[in-house]
Amino acid sequence: MDRIPILKLGSALLVTIQVDMHDRLATALQEDLTEKIVATHAKGVLIDISALEIVDSFIGRMLDHIAAISRMLDAETVVVGMRPAVAITLVELGLSLTGVKTALDVERGMEMIRRRLDEPEVADGDDAGA
Amino acid sequence: MTPRSQPPLIVKILSEQASSLLPKWTALLKQNGILATGRIKETELATQCRTVLDLLATAIAAAGLDVAAAPYQPLRDLLADISRSRAIQGFSPSETASFVFSLKPPLFEAIDAAKGSDDATALRAVQDVTRLIDALGLHTMEVFQKSREEVIVRQQREIAELSTPVVKLWEGVLALPLIGTLDSQRTQIVMENLLESIVAERAEIAIIDITGVPTVDTLTAQHLLKTVSAARLMGADCIISGIRPQIAQTMVHLGVELNVVSKATLADAFAVALRRVGRTVAPLKTVHRQQPVG
Repeated sequence: MDRIPILKLGSALLVTIQVDMHDRLATALQEDLTEKIVATHAKGVLIDISALEIVDSFIGRMLDHIAAISRMLDAETVVVGMRPAVAITLVELGLSLTGVKTALDVERGMEMIRRRLDEPEVADGDDAGA
Repeated sequence: MTPRSQPPLIVKILSEQASSLLPKWTALLKQNGILATGRIKETELATQCRTVLDLLATAIAAAGLDVAAAPYQPLRDLLADISRSRAIQGFSPSETASFVFSLKPPLFEAIDAAKGSDDATALRAVQDVTRLIDALGLHTMEVFQKSREEVIVRQQREIAELSTPVVKLWEGVLALPLIGTLDSQRTQIVMENLLESIVAERAEIAIIDITGVPTVDTLTAQHLLKTVSAARLMGADCIISGIRPQIAQTMVHLGVELNVVSKATLADAFAVALRRVGRTVAPLKTVHRQQPVG
């Protein structure tokens, strides 16, 4: 089964969703991410959904759950790059993701996480993990 | 329509006497004051009348009285064109309708002259004329009505676009001055415009100014909150400004709560937004000369 790669960038994890999310993939991502946060002691999780064109209530709720789980594990979740149409859909579905932080793009999201860590710079050596 | 061995009287009249009907028809139209408004020229009107009569004669010779038949298509198209242009020129519905209906009296006269002593044929001819002209008249009115509606829809769309501009106040600060009542449809447009602009301008803060919104009820407040939530999902914060005293009172009485930063005026909101993006407005210490302030 396909898995969504989770990249470690300093003390943050970067997830870029580039395929259409179906429910099993979403559940798998949630599990992988939880384990990865614990394993790497990550302090921030960046979820880039700029390539997602369709988001249903299940994916919306999954984002909310991931945020809640990572908060419990002392990591901050920032969802970045949401498209206008997706934002409108989520609001119409009644999912305003109040527990999730948001930013316009990966750059801004990274800034938010960095500000939280109060780190001047995330280490350059990023290693991919799957 | 029962098949007849002989063509109905009306078909004969129209195909043979079309030329003599024309002056009577135009005279009647003039008498009704179609030219008095100055919206149409006499020569143009005469051309239109002649073309209509020609097409009618051709169509009736080919297809009898069945207005829905294919030979009537050119005539129907022409009437649609005429009626559409009248709608745009600002003719009233009755003026447009009487263009077709005023063809009746000349036709009745012609029947009267041609019937001889055969009253039954004359009666049938009158019925035929009435049915034919009514069908054409109704077609004209339908097109007229449709063109008017198209004009209205276009204007509505233009108003909606005109009244929801997104203004860039500063690098990363957008303002959305709302004017007029916020219904679901407009909220949708406003929301889309705002979100597109947030992406385009890479905005961090959007100020929604509701000075121009006459009333805020629970539904409007809900629409506002939806817009705020959607902007937040895109990573931009919203400030609501321009809440007038009466509106603030109404909202509190209604139990509506806007769980967002709200300021009384756009200026206050702008100050907050500037501070949020790390800027401030300070008075100039000494002014040597007039210089543009960025």
